[in-house]
Order: sequence, then C-alpha cells, then structure tokens
Amino acid sequence: MRQPGQPRAFLGALIGGAFGFGLVVALRAISGLEIFQTEQTGYPHLIVPAISAPFGYLIGLGCFDFWFRWAAGAPTVPDDHSQHGAKSWRDYFKFNTDHKVIGIQYIVTSFIFFFIGGAIAMVMRAELAQPGTQVVDPGVFNGLFSTHAALMIFVFVIPIFAGIANYVLPLMIGAPDMAFPRLNGLSFWLLPIAGVLFLASFFVPGGAFDAGWTGYAPLSTGAPLGQSFFNLGVQFAGASSVATALNFLVTIITMRAPGMNFWRMPLLVWANLSTSLLVVAATPFIAGVQFMVLFDRALDTNFFQFQAGGDVVSYQHIFWFYSHPAVYIMMLPGFGIISEVISTHSRKPIFGYRLMALALLGIVVLSYTVWAHHMFVSGMFSWLRVPMMITTLLIAVPTGIKIFSWLGTLFGSVLHLYSTAMLFSLGFIVTFVMGGISGVMLGLVPFDIHVSDTYFIVAHIHFVLFGGSVFTIFAGIYHWFPKITGRMYDERLGRVHFWLTTVGMLGSFIPMHWIGMQGMPRRVADYSAQFGDWNLFISLFAFMLGAAQLVFLYNMVVSWRFGPRAPANPWRAKTIEWQVSSPPPVFNFPEIPRVVGGPYEFGVPGARHAIMPGEEAEVREPVPATVAGGSRT
Amino acid sequence: MTRATYLRMLAAMIVLTVVISVVMLQFDWNGTAGSTEADEIDTLTDVMIVVSSFVYSIVLVMLGYSIWRFRAKPGDESDGDAVHGNTRLEIAWTLIPTVIVLVAAAYSWVILDRIEAREPDRLNVNVTAQQFAWQFEYPEQGVTSTELHVPVDRQTEFSMQAIDVIHSFWVPEWRVKKDLVPGQTTHVTATPNLEGSFALVCTELCGIGHSTMRAPVVVESQEDFDAWVADQEKDEGSEAGGGAVEDPAEEADAGEALFAEQGCSGCHTLSAAGSTADIGPALDEVLPGQSPADIETSIIDPDSELSEGFGQGIMPDNFGDSLDEEQLQSLVDYLVASTEGQGAK
Repeated sequence: MRQPGQPRAFLGALIGGAFGFGLVVALRAISGLEIFQTEQTGYPHLIVPAISAPFGYLIGLGCFDFWFRWAAGAPTVPDDHSQHGAKSWRDYFKFNTDHKVIGIQYIVTSFIFFFIGGAIAMVMRAELAQPGTQVVDPGVFNGLFSTHAALMIFVFVIPIFAGIANYVLPLMIGAPDMAFPRLNGLSFWLLPIAGVLFLASFFVPGGAFDAGWTGYAPLSTGAPLGQSFFNLGVQFAGASSVATALNFLVTIITMRAPGMNFWRMPLLVWANLSTSLLVVAATPFIAGVQFMVLFDRALDTNFFQFQAGGDVVSYQHIFWFYSHPAVYIMMLPGFGIISEVISTHSRKPIFGYRLMALALLGIVVLSYTVWAHHMFVSGMFSWLRVPMMITTLLIAVPTGIKIFSWLGTLFGSVLHLYSTAMLFSLGFIVTFVMGGISGVMLGLVPFDIHVSDTYFIVAHIHFVLFGGSVFTIFAGIYHWFPKITGRMYDERLGRVHFWLTTVGMLGSFIPMHWIGMQGMPRRVADYSAQFGDWNLFISLFAFMLGAAQLVFLYNMVVSWRFGPRAPANPWRAKTIEWQVSSPPPVFNFPEIPRVVGGPYEFGVPGARHAIMPGEEAEVREPVPATVAGGSRT
Repeated sequence: MTRATYLRMLAAMIVLTVVISVVMLQFDWNGTAGSTEADEIDTLTDVMIVVSSFVYSIVLVMLGYSIWRFRAKPGDESDGDAVHGNTRLEIAWTLIPTVIVLVAAAYSWVILDRIEAREPDRLNVNVTAQQFAWQFEYPEQGVTSTELHVPVDRQTEFSMQAIDVIHSFWVPEWRVKKDLVPGQTTHVTATPNLEGSFALVCTELCGIGHSTMRAPVVVESQEDFDAWVADQEKDEGSEAGGGAVEDPAEEADAGEALFAEQGCSGCHTLSAAGSTADIGPALDEVLPGQSPADIETSIIDPDSELSEGFGQGIMPDNFGDSLDEEQLQSLVDYLVASTEGQGAK
C-alpha cells in the first residue's frame, strides 16, 4: 500500500474525496448553514470531492513523489530511471516517465473513450432513425450528444495526437526522451480523470451535462449538477494538454539531434510545434470560461447571470477564442501525420517542404483571428462579422497549400496503395477537402445565417473531425503500429476497415448537409417527419461506420498479440524513428544520431537524413540545394 | 510528363466541374424559398456550388490521375522523382485561392448588406421566447399572439428578447436566423414573398423541450393580415375590457390563453387544451385531487415536488417572476376547472 501504484491511488482518491467532503461539511457547520445543500446546481458536498479526489488519486499513483521528496529536501536521484520503461502490461497502469510508455498509455486510453463515445453515437442514431421518440427521451438525448462531443474532442482527438507525437516525436528528432519526463507522466494521468468525470455525470442527480459540448451560458449556468462535472473535466483535460504542449515546445526547441536545424525537421515535428503554440496560448481561455460557469453555478458569481448584469454573449467570445484554435489543435498534428505517410508511401520528397512548414505557422496565426465566425447569428456586435468572414476565408489558403503540396507529392511518385496508412491518407484528402469546402461556405455570412445550428453544421464538423482528424489518426496508427508494437498488422483487415469506414462515413455525413439546408435543426431528439427517410438512411450508414471500427479493434488487438514480428523499417522510411529497432530500446539511442540532411530525400542518390550511432561516417553530406524546398528541377 | 498530359488533365478538371455543377444545380438545396432574402442567399449558394465543384474537381483529377498513373507494381522498390518543389507553382496555389476567397468575401458582403437593409415602411413585431414557447407582440396594432402572422411582400423587423436562456429564430423558407439573447434585444428582418403556412424553428439548444419549440408562421395578403389583426383585437378587447377579470368564464378564457402563451402546452398533455406533449407530466393524470395551492406551488417552484419519472430542472422555475398574481390565479383556476372530475390516477 505504501508503494506508488493503483492500490495507493484508489486509497488516495478515497482520502482526497473524504477530505473534500469533510471540508464542505465542516465549513457549512461552522457557518451555520444547512449541512447538505440540495439546490439544483449547488451540491458543494459533491463538487468539492470531485476536485479533491482526483488530486488524491494522482498523489497516490506517485505522480508527485519525486517533486515532494525534492521539496522536502529528501535525497533524490536525478538519474533515477526506476519509473522508466515497461516490462509487463502492469507497468502501463503505473506512473511512468518513459515517453514510449506514455505514448501507448495515451493512445489506448483515448481509444477506450473513442469506443465509448462511438457507442453513444450509435444510441443517438438509433433514436434519430425515426421521427418521434423511441429509444431515449429528449432529456437523455441532450446528455448523450453533449457527452459524445466532449469525449471525442477532449479525451479522444486532442490527446491521441499528443499520444502519437509522444511516442514518435522524441525518436524523430533524435532525443532520448521528452524534456520533462515527470511532467509528461502527470499530463497523461490527468486525461483518464477528465474522461471519468465526463462519464460520471451520467450517474449524478439530474443526469449527464446536457447543454452541448459548447455549454453556452445561461443554459449551462442553470443546468443540473452534471454540468459541473463537464466544467471540471475540461480543467483536467485542459491542464493535461497545456502541460504536454509545453513539454513538446521545450523538447522540439532544445533537444533536436545535432544537425537537425528547423528546415531539417520532419513535418510531424513542425505540426506539433505549431499545435503546441496554439494549445499553450488558447487552452487557458476555455479553462477560464469553464471556471466562470462553475463559479456562477457554485459561488453565485455573475459572469453570465444576465439578471445581475452578466453578459451572456461574452461566454461565446471566450469559449470560441479557445475552441476555434482547438479545431486546428485537432487538425495540425493530423496534417503532420499525412505528410509523413504520403512522403514515405509515395517514395518522394514532400513537394514544397518549406511552404508546408510556413503554412502551418500561417494557420496558427490566422486561427486566433477567426473565432467569431461561430457567432454570426449570436447577436454579437454585427460589424465584427465581415472582418471575421475575411480571415475565415483566408485561412483556407494555407490549408489549400497543404492539400496541393500533397497532391504535388503524389504526382510522379511510386505510389504504394497496399498500405492501409496510405489508403487513409488518400481518403483523408477526399473527405477533408469536402469539409474544407463546406467550411468556406460556412464562412460566408449570408449562407451561414441560413445553415447555422442546423444539420449542415453537424455534417461539416464530422467531415473535418471524422473525415479529417480521425482519418489521420487511423493513418498514423497504422503507419507507426509496427514501430510501437514491434508487430505487423493485417493489411487485408486494414483495407476492410478503410473501405467500410469511408463508405459509412460518406453515407452518414453527406445527407446531413442536405437535411440541414432543408430545415432540420441540430441537437434535436425529434424532428419533422419530412426528414424521416434521410435520417433512416443516415442511421443505417452510421451503424455500418460503427461496426467497421470493431474490425479495427480486432485487427489491432490480435496483431499486437500475434502479428508477425516487424522489422525496424518496414516502410523504408528515412526519418530517425525508423532507424532504430521496433519497438525501440528503452533509452532510444545508445548514442545521439547526427542529422545530415532533410527528412524526405527519396530518390536523391546518396542523400541521408541521419547517421545513426555506430554507422560508418563515410556518407557524404548532401549539397544544400537538395535539402531545401522550392528548388527548381 | 508531356504538355499533352497536362492539357488532358486540365480538360478532365473542366469536364468534371461542368458535370458536378450541372448535376448539383438541379436541386433546390435550401428548399422552398419564401422571402427576398432567400433568393439572394440561394444565388450565393449556387455560385459557391460552382466554385466548389471546380476546386473539388482539381483535387479529384490530380488524385485520381496519380493513383491511376503512378500506382506501384507489387515488389517495386524504386523511388519517385526527386522533385522538391516548384516555386512558381507554389506561388500560384497561394495567390489564386487568395483571390478566389477574397472575391467570394466581397460578394458575400454585398449580399449581406442587401439582405439586412431596412425598409422605411416595415412592420414591427416584438418576439419573446422562453422555454419552450414563442410569443409575438404587434406594437403598432396592439395585439399579442402565439402565432406569427405577417403580410406578404412587406419587410418585417423582429425585435427579439429571450427571458431565460438563448433561443434562435429561424424560418427555413426565409433563410434568416438570429439568436434571442437574455439581457439584450436582437433584431432581424425578413421580407416574405410567398404566402402560406410555415414553421418557426428554435435552432439554439435551449433545454429538454428544444426540439418541440416551434411556432406556426402564416404569411398572408395585407387584407388577410388586417382581418387577422382585427380578429385578435376583438378577442383581447373582450378580455381586457373591464379591467380586473371578474366573470369566471372570462377568467377561464384568460387561463386558457396563458396556458398556450406561456408554453405550458409545449410540454404538458392537457386534453382540455388539446395538447399532447410528453416532456412534462400529463396534467390530466397528475392534477386531479390536488388543491389549487398545490398547483400554484408546482407552477412557481416546480422542483419542490416531482412527479414520478421526471427529474429536477426540467420545467423552467421562473414562472413566479414572469406571471403576476392575477395571471397565476387565472392559470390555476383554469387548470383546476379543466381537470376537475377526471379520475385520480
């Protein structure tokens, strides 16, 4: 029980929860208040333990052991690697400081929430298959779509990218680990807490939070207790991503292998650099605004209480000031993955590498200037709409640059279509461009006025988040599966997964554009009978999409256990992570590699990206002209 | 790669653009158009469909051609062309899309100004929304209704307020939408040009009854509209005529009107009012046997005692503020009268 680990963690959670509960009871007793407040939104005797129990859990798990010892002046060993690496599956349930273990922890945890969120979507589609209410009542339905979105966004898409990058990125830049391994471990363990809080809201009085993942005030400030669990869950997920982003920034800026200047970084590294810039600056806004809602609910502050002079629309401004950049937080790492996959599987350098990197930075800057396009009909200051429309449309330009560069890369390539990762990358281009086009249309104020808050929005967001982010996630998982597990997956099942997913995705989300334009609002459990046929059609394809993911699950689990052993570099890629064994050794490299050229020098005779330790230093450095993008051929 | 190849690809892009555009333009994407604003927005939609078809055709042709032409044979371990980029091409695909989106923005701006221009002879309607009902007040005509009636071919400006949470005003056939925000008044205009019956749809998630929050919209000729106004005035005149309501029959009328106006019928089944919603308890079943005082408490403090199967926070708890003493009394009397004699559950 004294050793860090799950038993001590649960004990810690119990003690933390009891402490919080006791604190509330004691304070209320001292103040002469009724011991158990049961007003609709208050419940301090549940909210305070919901904050203190997770901290107890983290302390029990051992996330803070080193820092506590250090702060107390107890002897610590800076080079203590006892929490590094994993020898058995049990080690994945412990606090770990190895970026490869943490990467796997992130990926597996995120996929668990993906499957829960997906199951929730299936229930919603069952309800929506016919007009009227059959499966769940409207109150439960509101809780279902709110948790579906919260799980998918905060504890699936955002963290799984952090997970993939956690595993791959230090290897890619030739670093032995992340810059702050203990912070990295803590970042991960904040994540399941967020997901559990979201899900726990189903079991509290009043049911799950039901004001949408956007949680607009004043619907959220007046909602039952579940809403507070959303407010808190976002804090833990947000803290997790901010800490990870800081870690990535410091790692990328200071820990690149000798010779890896910025123009020699693989685009996945560029993508995570850009994403991290967004996360560290934007995420505090959603954390702040959820605290403001929580304080309005629990402490009777008046941020959004319009009766007391609060301003309702300001919630949306602060929320979207995070949540629009968040769209790119959920997309840029995927762009990085696609660049790696397309270059490798088409045996060609990325077309216009430097412009690709600059386009990422362009998106970072522009994405801070477009938030109010979510609010064209919100009653905000109406002049603001036109400049926001212009910036919104302009952000399509760097995104378009990336699409054209990938197409340019494919042109004249040796295109290996057998690989599931490549299939998902090409599928991503088809689906994401469609989401991009509907995004440009939504940017046009007059059109947006018509389709705002309709199923057109649902269609758009699923084209960019499913056809975009999730396709890139699948591409990344398939691409690095051999590296991470040391096993090959079954390509045949991978192809089945790809085709079922693509057809299911198109069948589910294309008709949503139309029913939205025709007049079906989003977030409704029941709808006008005229949309019945299309909704049945959508539901059938959605079930197929859901079933397709079971093929993926089976392929991953069985291949991880029984797949054939993977060679170090099955795709013959150039980047450093493929030059070490699969899976890599505990400390990645016996000696740091030396980078001598660009990351994608396919077809350039004699060119190399890196010289690995122990390799003969006979390789000549390539001439600079072949490294840079933009050179004429 | 020869010049002929590029020309063939360009031809394929143009053909595909034309085919997609022609097919797509056959559909009425936005549904029936019922206002001058709708015509403008539908034209914009069509223009964007053509532009989007062109962009999507470029992508599909490039992708399709690469897959068809460059697909690796099994066992082919060679590399592709070591092309790192092409500065002129990269500048082109930065600048051309920039120009396209800026033109689209300018065009949209023009349309936005046009659809939001105010006409001097417009009709004014004040809209009030609450969970989960709409109310329309005609300040110039002095009438109030739960149905929205507007004359055809005349601009109407809606000045809108929400009293609890955010709602959103949308008539799909008019294409215009605007949120109703507690604590501020928002405005939207529409110029309906198609007579008929439509639905006003709340498009901002507003709680458990969101999907049922609709109101009938009638667009009619100016004469029919005037006749409707006169009709409404007659009704209201008889209600408000003698100041305090004394006559029980009139009081019941007032209660019945409140039951609809306040949105009670949006959630509760009450056979006397012909409502069949099931978001809240069926009043025919739960009210018999309750004292008027109990019913009053249930209206102003709905969570104090809950019916089986219904949780806290479902019913708005602000009726104590929004209804005055007299209105509350009429509503309770109406509920007592209309459920009296029904079998207790």
